[in-house]
Amino acid sequence: MASRPLTLYEKIWADHVIERRDDGTCLIYIDRHLVHEVTSPQAFAGLRAAGRPVRRPELTLAVPDHNLPTTPRVDAAGHMLPIADPESANQLAALEANTREFGIDYIGATDPAQGIVHVVGPEQGFTLPGTTLVCGDSHTSAHGALGALAFGIGTSEVEHVLATQTLLLQQSKTMEVRVDGTLGFGVSPKDVVLAIIGRIGAAGGTGHVIEYTGGVIRAMSVEGRLTVSNMSIEGGARAGLIAPDETTFAYIKGRPMAPSGEDWERAIEAWRRLPTDAGAVYDKTVVLDATDIAPSLTWGTSPEDVVPITGVVPDPESFADPAKRAAAAKSLDYMGLKPGTRMQDVAVEHIFIGSCTNSRIEDLRAAAAVVKGRHVADRIRQALVVPGSGLVKRQAEAEGLDRIFVEAGFQWREPGCSMCLAMNPDKVPAGERCASTSNRNFVGRQGPGARTHLVSPAMAAAAAVTGRLADVRELMGGGTA
Amino acid sequence: MAEPITTVEGTAYPWGAKNIDTDIIIPAHWLKTTTREGLGKGAFEAVRAEPGNVFDDPRYAGSPILIAGENFGCGSSREHAAWALADMGVKAVIAPSYSDIFSGNAVKNGIVPVVLPQEAVDRLVEVAKDHPVTVDLETMTVTTPFQDRFSFDLDPFRRMCLMQGLDEIGLTLAQDTAISKYESGMAQSRPWIARRAADAGVAVGGAGRT
Repeated sequence: MASRPLTLYEKIWADHVIERRDDGTCLIYIDRHLVHEVTSPQAFAGLRAAGRPVRRPELTLAVPDHNLPTTPRVDAAGHMLPIADPESANQLAALEANTREFGIDYIGATDPAQGIVHVVGPEQGFTLPGTTLVCGDSHTSAHGALGALAFGIGTSEVEHVLATQTLLLQQSKTMEVRVDGTLGFGVSPKDVVLAIIGRIGAAGGTGHVIEYTGGVIRAMSVEGRLTVSNMSIEGGARAGLIAPDETTFAYIKGRPMAPSGEDWERAIEAWRRLPTDAGAVYDKTVVLDATDIAPSLTWGTSPEDVVPITGVVPDPESFADPAKRAAAAKSLDYMGLKPGTRMQDVAVEHIFIGSCTNSRIEDLRAAAAVVKGRHVADRIRQALVVPGSGLVKRQAEAEGLDRIFVEAGFQWREPGCSMCLAMNPDKVPAGERCASTSNRNFVGRQGPGARTHLVSPAMAAAAAVTGRLADVRELMGGGTA
Repeated sequence: MAEPITTVEGTAYPWGAKNIDTDIIIPAHWLKTTTREGLGKGAFEAVRAEPGNVFDDPRYAGSPILIAGENFGCGSSREHAAWALADMGVKAVIAPSYSDIFSGNAVKNGIVPVVLPQEAVDRLVEVAKDHPVTVDLETMTVTTPFQDRFSFDLDPFRRMCLMQGLDEIGLTLAQDTAISKYESGMAQSRPWIARRAADAGVAVGGAGRT
């Protein structure tokens, strides 16, 4: 029987439908569940209150990341240091106790593999193509980089997955975002995703799952693809997807939790059938030309407020939509910026290199390449490098990247979410400005009153050594054309 | 599980702000709790710091309805945002659009996410400054004391959950046979999904390792 051509999303969806209700809601099987300390305590409490077990504990992996301090975790004798904030300590203790009680694998605070859940999942081979993967965190969209249908869920859904290994979902619409051509000098995956969000808007992907296609995406490493897919949520989509290919398979092979032997052969065979069929139709398609993408950054308080580094702070009056005009004026007031100011003339006090968007080894290498032989500017009050996991940290240290950062005046920290959402002690003080490799420039995101400019790791490094938002291409010895 | 809900009637916060992210609804420093209660006092903390904000206006104190702009609840998946709204007494939000995660979280906490076109929302913001608003799940309409009558859509399952206060986990557990059958099929077709006990141990040291 000839079937119509399907998209990657439609294939994964079809593979996971257990039952379809008359109203169109589907009971969907969940293959992988990542758990962290912030959005899970109420879910475990719910299970306990109802006397329900975890249906498939081996399909769940727990890692603390959001409010762990990034300062050293053990003393000289190897004993775990106490966590000063009693509420954070309580939440971390709850995760440890809950995972033990319910028999879930737990990578604790002092484990060498601990890190941000979205860095650990792919790194351990827990994230696999063609799977459904969820976590109580919106940036679960990152895992779509490996061809997993991965999305963030709320705590009630965390409890639902723990109890049933399923979710009740409506099928999403599909949106193709194709990036054609070849990236210019100094242009990174972060710049690509910022340009995409600038184009489609913060609500542009609402109700859709985005599939990223085109030569630029195909040429990216898995780490670059993770950066792009990670920020799908900032474009309003619940999930992003990138078709698995030889790059994906080479990345996964041999990782601790990845299939091996005969399972690997069978898995690869199935994964090769996943990419979108020729002739499949998306509900919406957006095309970007790579030659139009420059190193980019945000000027306002929504991730859609994107300009190239060669640009200026926009004038709110330039927006036709009155609501957008009002929002822009309010944004600029919060950000302390005047229309017409060159982005390159904006001075910064803080640098944050880290987060689930940009804390992988390639991100740290890109930043270190700019920092090497230079020093952070005098006006920088705090420059943090926070590796995404303990394994990234050790790899970076083996390559000598830590020394480059420390000699330049950066602080080299333990893994965690850190200053991305300011739940732990790493914060940007009110009224001060941060060049940040994280994913959100929301009001108060990096601390009450903090001003965030989203940038790539290389751009954050350029800001660190110049003390202002700078065009990294000028520091890389290339032109700005 | 939330109480069954059929109509929400009363004053409404006439706000209308766009792109309100869940960090604004409840900032991260409130997320260190291990319970669902008490988050109302942290709701809209940064907005409440602004003079003349709708949340501190006595005319709207305790309103069961919040009128917002497009893309409400974007950003973080934190269900704490819905818990904070519920703790404030909000039972319905009216906006042109929501983030997908937020609207799901809202329903699970007995909050109706009403979607109406921008013009209708603009009109309701005007009316709500001085008059009550009614959201009716039976007739799927929003009405005002004037002639306004705006129809909205909500997927039937979510509507049923709200109107009956259903325990979704209990409902799904009743499907156990179907889930088990799916799992048996999966063991044949995608055997690599089931992680073997040995994998778990070798990879990270196993359960309980700190």
